[in-house]
Amino acid sequence: MQAIQKYNAILTGNESVAVGVKLARVGFVSAYPITPQTTIVEKLAEMVANNEIDARYVEVESEHSAMAATFASELAGVRSYTATSSHGLLYMHEMLHWTAGMRLPVVMSIVNRAIGPPWNIWSEQTDSMNQRETGWMQVYCESNQEALDSIIMGYKIAENRDVMLPLMSMEDAFTLSHTTEPVSIPDQAEVDDFLPRFDLDFKIDPERPMGYGSYVPPEGPFMELKHDMMESMRNARKTIRKVTEEFSEAFGRNYSGLIERYRMDDAEYALIASGALASTGKYVVSRLRERGKKVGLIRLRFFRPFPDEEILSATKGLRGVGVIDRSVTFGSSGATAIEVRAALYGKSETPVAGFVAGLGGRDVRIEDFEEIYSHVESGDTGNYYINLKGVN
Amino acid sequence: MFEIRFHGRGGQGAVTASKILALAAFMEGRYVISFPFFGTERRGAPVTAFTRIDDGPILLKTQIYNPDAVVVLDTYVMTSANVKSGMKNGSYLIVNTEKEPGEIDADHRTATVDATRIATELGLGDRTNPIINTAMIGAFARASGIISRESAIEAVKSLSPRNKEKNAEAAGFAFNETRLGWGN
Repeated sequence: MQAIQKYNAILTGNESVAVGVKLARVGFVSAYPITPQTTIVEKLAEMVANNEIDARYVEVESEHSAMAATFASELAGVRSYTATSSHGLLYMHEMLHWTAGMRLPVVMSIVNRAIGPPWNIWSEQTDSMNQRETGWMQVYCESNQEALDSIIMGYKIAENRDVMLPLMSMEDAFTLSHTTEPVSIPDQAEVDDFLPRFDLDFKIDPERPMGYGSYVPPEGPFMELKHDMMESMRNARKTIRKVTEEFSEAFGRNYSGLIERYRMDDAEYALIASGALASTGKYVVSRLRERGKKVGLIRLRFFRPFPDEEILSATKGLRGVGVIDRSVTFGSSGATAIEVRAALYGKSETPVAGFVAGLGGRDVRIEDFEEIYSHVESGDTGNYYINLKGVN
Repeated sequence: MFEIRFHGRGGQGAVTASKILALAAFMEGRYVISFPFFGTERRGAPVTAFTRIDDGPILLKTQIYNPDAVVVLDTYVMTSANVKSGMKNGSYLIVNTEKEPGEIDADHRTATVDATRIATELGLGDRTNPIINTAMIGAFARASGIISRESAIEAVKSLSPRNKEKNAEAAGFAFNETRLGWGN
């Protein structure tokens, strides 16, 4: 916990992200506006226009093109950035595979927003959960400070030679993106010390012509390249732990690797949640503790790579776990519940219940968390939708 | 933790007011969070915004259901939105109106201020769209005592996009003119 004096500004989540991009000395930004992401790239366009950052800003006609342009500039060896949300992210989907498959360490911000129909602009993680299989790392932020810091850490993780995979950093629509909180803005010199300048070994160079993304038959190195990405995701776990430790030493804010354990030391039950929901979850956990309930919260920071080992060790010996998903996987339980159960299968006796909550920005209230906890306390293993109302 | 809910109409600056209040409390060394209930906002439609103030880090990120104070920028909103929803005994109700507190509400700690007249006399905005949110920050400071007059004025100066001095004056005048409907 930081003393309030360590914060030097109050910023919205989107302003915090733009400051993070500036401090990371990004050289190229290309984006297409979509609510509620728009104010990130508006702020960046303003910074470019005012020469506050030495970057090129390229307007495009769609999100697919935004990622294509970001892909191309990264391949030219320039640290590159874009941001999007919801349907814009879905429209980018094809290029996400290409950026990861070409091993380009782009960092992108996603402002998590529901997918229609019906139209809805509020918070939900279905948009980014839909990108699980693209080969991008995924970090979910719970505060504006973490949204800023995750851009800086994100490039360091993505550009690590053992990783070389792109990373998307998520913030909740409105609950973070348009919410103002105290933020500590690091000094540029400190960030420069932490995050080295970027260069790409295999960048496009007219003096050194190469083929990129060429045609490969079944016996060619296709399967091997995919396996290599899988290995890099494995390496990323180690790199994430190391980079968060280095960040903690440099800036005094400890993000503790892939998950955060909140009041877990003597816990018998745990809630698992990500994003801003986890923040409210911590508040409820503290209230339940005051009533003598031995409950803690495991905040899932990274969803890709999935923190199997951390989840297994953090839930060891617990009498019940409740996993909260703010997204939909039709025909199965919540995306996080599936992964948590898979991580524990055959290795743990702990009952796991799954909860879908807060779709389309529906507020997840204190009483909703308490209802979730009452299921967990009874050793429930079912799957539930929380705070469903009738449909007229 | 002290929780404030703002009610206004699109274009009146309820969202900015929630942020100015957060800055004022932040400058006094407290933790803050402010956020809009962001909807299909358009000029004239009812708008809600929230601020929380506490001595420690604020983890709670839900909407505010039981406010310690409600600030109403426009009495017309009182006819269309249930601005008193969830108010507790002892909650403050701070309203922009020329009326006396007793004419508005006798059940809460009601304070009134004619922010529209203050803004119009200072030439903030125009007659149909006066800038009243900055005056309401002054009224909040006076009624609740949660932030000081000086912090209210400083925060208004810092976050007003233009007419910084006049907006600061509006907050100061409103502080002085706010009528309290309870013994103090």
